[in-house]
Amino acid sequence: MIGTDSHFLNTSQNHHQVNVCSTVPAACGQRDALQTPRLSTMSQTVPPVLSVHPSRSLVDEKLKVLVENLPPGSPVTLHSLHRSEDEHYWEAYGHYVSDHRGIVSVAEDSSVGGTYTGIESMGLLWSMRPVPGSRKGLRLRKMNVRSPMLFNISVYNGLITEGFREQTPLASALIERWYMAPGVQRIDIREKGVRGTLFIPPGPGPFPGLLDMWGGGGGLLEYRSSLLASRGFASFALEYFNSGELESAELEFSYFENAFSIVKDHPQVIPDKIGIFGLSLGSIMTVYLAAESTIVKPLCCVCVSASHFYPPGKNLHGVYEVMTMKPHMIRVDENGHHAWRDMGLEIIKEPSYRINVEKINCPMLLVNGLDDQNWPSVECADEIAQIMSAAGKGDLVTRLHYPDTGHLIEPPFSPHFRATKFKTATGKQKVILLWGGQTKPHSDAQEDSWRKILSFLQHHLYSRETPKARM
Amino acid sequence: MDRKQYCVKLSVQPSRGLMDEKFIVQVHNVPPGFQLTIHAFHKCDDGHSWEAFGHYTASAAGAVNVSEDPSLGGTYSGVEQMGLLWSLRPVPGSKPGLRMRKMNVQTPMEVSISVYQGHQTEGLVDQVPLTSVVVERWYIAPGVRRVPITEGGLTATLFLPSGPGPFPGVLDLWGGGGKLVEYRSALLASHGFASMALDYLTPKITIETKKIVDNQYFETAYRVLEQHPQVLGSRIAMLGLSLGTSVTLKLSVYSQVMKLRCAVCISGSHVQPPGGSLEQVLTCFRENAGKTRINEEGHIIWRDLLLPIPTDPTLKVDVGQLQCPLLLVVGEDDQNWPAPESAMDMKEMMEKAGNSHLLTVLSYPNAGHLIEPPYTPHARFSKFMTVDTRQKVMVLWGGETAAHSRAQEDAWRKTLIFLRENLYGGTNPGATSVSHL
Repeated sequence: MIGTDSHFLNTSQNHHQVNVCSTVPAACGQRDALQTPRLSTMSQTVPPVLSVHPSRSLVDEKLKVLVENLPPGSPVTLHSLHRSEDEHYWEAYGHYVSDHRGIVSVAEDSSVGGTYTGIESMGLLWSMRPVPGSRKGLRLRKMNVRSPMLFNISVYNGLITEGFREQTPLASALIERWYMAPGVQRIDIREKGVRGTLFIPPGPGPFPGLLDMWGGGGGLLEYRSSLLASRGFASFALEYFNSGELESAELEFSYFENAFSIVKDHPQVIPDKIGIFGLSLGSIMTVYLAAESTIVKPLCCVCVSASHFYPPGKNLHGVYEVMTMKPHMIRVDENGHHAWRDMGLEIIKEPSYRINVEKINCPMLLVNGLDDQNWPSVECADEIAQIMSAAGKGDLVTRLHYPDTGHLIEPPFSPHFRATKFKTATGKQKVILLWGGQTKPHSDAQEDSWRKILSFLQHHLYSRETPKARM
Repeated sequence: MDRKQYCVKLSVQPSRGLMDEKFIVQVHNVPPGFQLTIHAFHKCDDGHSWEAFGHYTASAAGAVNVSEDPSLGGTYSGVEQMGLLWSLRPVPGSKPGLRMRKMNVQTPMEVSISVYQGHQTEGLVDQVPLTSVVVERWYIAPGVRRVPITEGGLTATLFLPSGPGPFPGVLDLWGGGGKLVEYRSALLASHGFASMALDYLTPKITIETKKIVDNQYFETAYRVLEQHPQVLGSRIAMLGLSLGTSVTLKLSVYSQVMKLRCAVCISGSHVQPPGGSLEQVLTCFRENAGKTRINEEGHIIWRDLLLPIPTDPTLKVDVGQLQCPLLLVVGEDDQNWPAPESAMDMKEMMEKAGNSHLLTVLSYPNAGHLIEPPYTPHARFSKFMTVDTRQKVMVLWGGETAAHSRAQEDAWRKTLIFLRENLYGGTNPGATSVSHL
């Protein structure tokens, strides 16, 4: 009449079973449980109920992680696991004790141990790091923004610090974290020699626009732009040299001016409401455009880990040359990580490299980490503020600087990387660059700065007030 | 183009939510006191267009928050956080008698939420809004696994929650329209229950043999669920709506095989021929077809077919013998089944038998027959094809939209709590371990 038990085991494993949202096979741990159901030890007791809300969210949204139905006063470990696009595993965990009702609420309870401690509602995400045994110098970056990042959140019995993959959790939940809201349009741009991806928010528009530039690693990174579009800004992720090929880039200044025009001329973008967002090398370009361009007129700029030096008359490759003129000043720390900060300090002493920031006429938000080991961006920000103040434009500058925070200040809740492998712009070697920062303060800085960046952009690009009269 | 329009900001949080989750709709950056219409638009899987809208006046701060501000008119009024979804109705010009049901649960319901200037009531879809966003509504949470079930001749789909399990199980039955309807089970699995949606009127076996299934079919379904390695065999509930209630009540009382932990019966009745098979229940309806009434719009009212509730105990499921908790959900304006009268009678029977402590009745004024998971449109009447006669008729389900939608929201929440308490609660995990092999 009914099949044997083994038949039912097959049922649960057969290929009919569709994990509705897997681009990645069903989260680690689950598949193991299916294939080795230890029926006698895997109790017929009622498991705790783990809920993560919302189960699908944008990467800058907060989560509520709740475990219910535990025995009271039960020590448990909450664990998160992610398999990246390049097939590395990242994890985080926190140690908790359930209350008299058998509940653990991550938003309200304190983690007493793990990769994060204290009351940290998002600790399971920002404190993630590569699992033991991983290669050194990994960095987690989502390249395909049309699919979500999948995280497996689990609760384990007891206070565990390792060997999560070998144990079956009491319960687990899969969540999706998206860089792209529903309805955001993604448009490949290959125009006027310019390469990049434009993200347009849903709706008829038109929208304020952003030119979005990353740093010295090169390549095309879309995630910040797709997130900005999800927050209402038509954002153009610009590729201005191939990954690791700065040396061969022949980019002229005009490349960036063309990129800005492409945003400006797009039918769904408001032509006089465009800002520029740059990080690291991208922020050097931002400062330069804002100061020197006669064509590009940004309404506001966001510069993360900025610098205001640019060898005059040089194209982008020239920048690279100058930046690497004093390799002997690169400090190599006890881990073999390269810190460029001191070299940078030397280089920016050259007065002729200083960009004439006093010519800038738009509001600037400068975001810096005080433990930036890659570039003396704090010193640069100090100087930019000084120069602009002296020119009577001090009120255009807003500075956000964060202690124990490094160079790579990214959208919130993503893991902190103190040092990662970097293909130097000669493309010849991979070194491990020291970016700086300590995980908890750096993560706080990412969360705080993102909110303030969005509010800065909102104010200048969306506000109904007339923009301040330009001088 | 009005320069004002670029300023308007619309946000819907979360932008990707489960079907039964609330969202927060806010508008910012409009002039104080600005009159606007917030509009929802959805094109369902079978190509019909649905819309809802509310009229709002912005605050002094130039903002509207749908969770806090009243709609002054539209397809819903008052402070209705979810009005943009539950008051969706077919756009003008649509075929009459439509009912929105998502048959493919692996894709989300996509809704466009837009803001228009002024308090408008028509032609919105043809205008360019000030701003709009897209919202996804899912029946299935990430990680929930969908497993088609064919063993034992069943036509069913099992939805397993995320995680190693094992999980309590639910056997999920819909009503007289037949087909394999998955969405409620997908949602139950998203809440931690291994839920099996069972097609018992139009399963493959009935299509092939032309025979209506018997009790064994349901017991097979129970067994399949009970023996599944990721299901807690001792913690299985049954949930039925309409005809599904008839099956649920009968099996929960009389089945030797099924040991249900609890049962939920929505919009149904305990009145049925004694010891009856499903075939006999259907026959009973056919025999009473003469009691069918038709209202002035030509909609069919079937609630009288089982009335009056017989006093003869052999003509009803003897709920006095029930040994597990029972949750009855009824709409007082149910025009399809005499659910409220049946609930009253069941209560009396259980009080007489001394097991009424097992009974909870949720009775909703102005709610109709189709009490479903919340935030989908209410159908007061719709085209219905009866499984046996194969006729398409317009059936009156009843209910007034706002009251019915409130009932759905409340009943679903209480159903989940009932299932959670009965299926997840009651023991100290780790203290008892019962092998079901």
